[in-house]
Amino acid sequence: MSWNRKHLLDIESLTADEIVTVLDTARAFKAVGERAIKKVPALRGRTVVNLFVEPSTRTRISFELAEQRLSADIINFTAEASSLKKGETLKDTARNLEALNADFIVMRHSASGAPHFLARVLNASVINAGDGAHEHPTQALLDAFTIRERKGKIAGLNVTILGDILYSRVARSDIWALTKLGARVTLCGPSTLVPRTFEQMGCRVVHNMDEAIRDADIINLLRIQHERQRKTMFPSINEYTQLFGLNKARLAKTRPDALIMHPGPINRGVEIDSEIADSARSLILEQVTNGLAVRMAVLFLVNGGKGPQEVTGN
Amino acid sequence: MPESTVILDAAAIQRALTRIAHEIAERNEVGAEVVLIGIPQGGVPLSQRLSAILAGIWNQPVPVGTLDVSMHRDDLDQRAAPKVYPTVIPFDVTGKTVVLVDDVLFSGRTTRAAMDALNDFGRPRKIQLAVLIDRGHRELPIKADFVGKNVPTALEEKVSLDLTETGAERDEVVLKKP
Repeated sequence: MSWNRKHLLDIESLTADEIVTVLDTARAFKAVGERAIKKVPALRGRTVVNLFVEPSTRTRISFELAEQRLSADIINFTAEASSLKKGETLKDTARNLEALNADFIVMRHSASGAPHFLARVLNASVINAGDGAHEHPTQALLDAFTIRERKGKIAGLNVTILGDILYSRVARSDIWALTKLGARVTLCGPSTLVPRTFEQMGCRVVHNMDEAIRDADIINLLRIQHERQRKTMFPSINEYTQLFGLNKARLAKTRPDALIMHPGPINRGVEIDSEIADSARSLILEQVTNGLAVRMAVLFLVNGGKGPQEVTGN
Repeated sequence: MPESTVILDAAAIQRALTRIAHEIAERNEVGAEVVLIGIPQGGVPLSQRLSAILAGIWNQPVPVGTLDVSMHRDDLDQRAAPKVYPTVIPFDVTGKTVVLVDDVLFSGRTTRAAMDALNDFGRPRKIQLAVLIDRGHRELPIKADFVGKNVPTALEEKVSLDLTETGAERDEVVLKKP
């Protein structure tokens, strides 16, 4: 048991021990979700602000439900309907929220490092719900939780992450979490989206799909993020599907116990064949269930965190 | 130099548990549907030992479960998050006589949290409390129904239970002075 952090800003600064603490705690919270009464009073009287400056549906809903199940009071704040649209700075918005005695701020922002900035200027606990192309720590924690639950371990597994790695905060957080826990991570996709520089994070970089998935225990597919691509990184979606889409023929050449993950939203027929997404080897919906448990665990842990907090990045 | 005193050795722990089991059997008429629920960490192996002794007295199995209380504590914003243990209650508590089992009764706050947590699983007919050690210093109006040993302590002293089930070399209860 080791957790004394007030914030969850990224996976990069966590130790393997801290990650395991989150996963162990999440296991107990998953069991809460299977009871007749799915609510516990752990955050009774505490206020959480969900500050989603960048659009999000599944992460926001998952956090909201996690907060409700912990009995917290909730304020939802989205960019479309907020004073940020009227020219207020992020710092002023956050200070106003804190003046309402918010104890936690869960933030999604298009700028990398935005949650780290808030953590420095506010007294509230800050949880990063995705910052730009930097990190999405709770996604990595739920991915690690799902893998550990299904495979019984993480150390020694071959995990292949496929797709838009360059623009993906999920990929970065997953790489940190999985390598810290002893998995061998392979990245694959078009060379424009999967540059060799990722080898510095301790990954294998492969540009041939069949080679990348041959020995994989876990195949984690990422969506092509059209909204983050400023110029064309590959000729066409059709060509991407031809070269990197997971279809039945390719799946037949993988290990029979290889499991498929995807952080969602999935683009059926692009990165994943529709039938595979719905097959018994797909963990996509389990990931959603586990995300709720992991987010409850994170809120529960940072609630007690008082320790000095190193803030990395900016 | 911290000073440690063994206040119960292995034989004394076993005698205390045997006496508690007989008191539970005496208090609750046959067929009262008694179930035991241990509070982690120390209460869990104790509840299993009590279940085995009671099963011998009643000639029928006595169901035993584990109840995590960490999510129901009242001091969560004043301390580092406590370790969360799995809750395993493989029976319906509604209508049953639930005997909560803990190692040490101190402020009473853990017991209060346990009663709250138990509420989420149903409505027991009765809740009783069995503890191996009652060390005083209650902060809530809570009293144990079954006590292994009353130990007067100073507030800053610590009482800890070691059991072979949790990896200790031998069973004992130790009082540590700071």
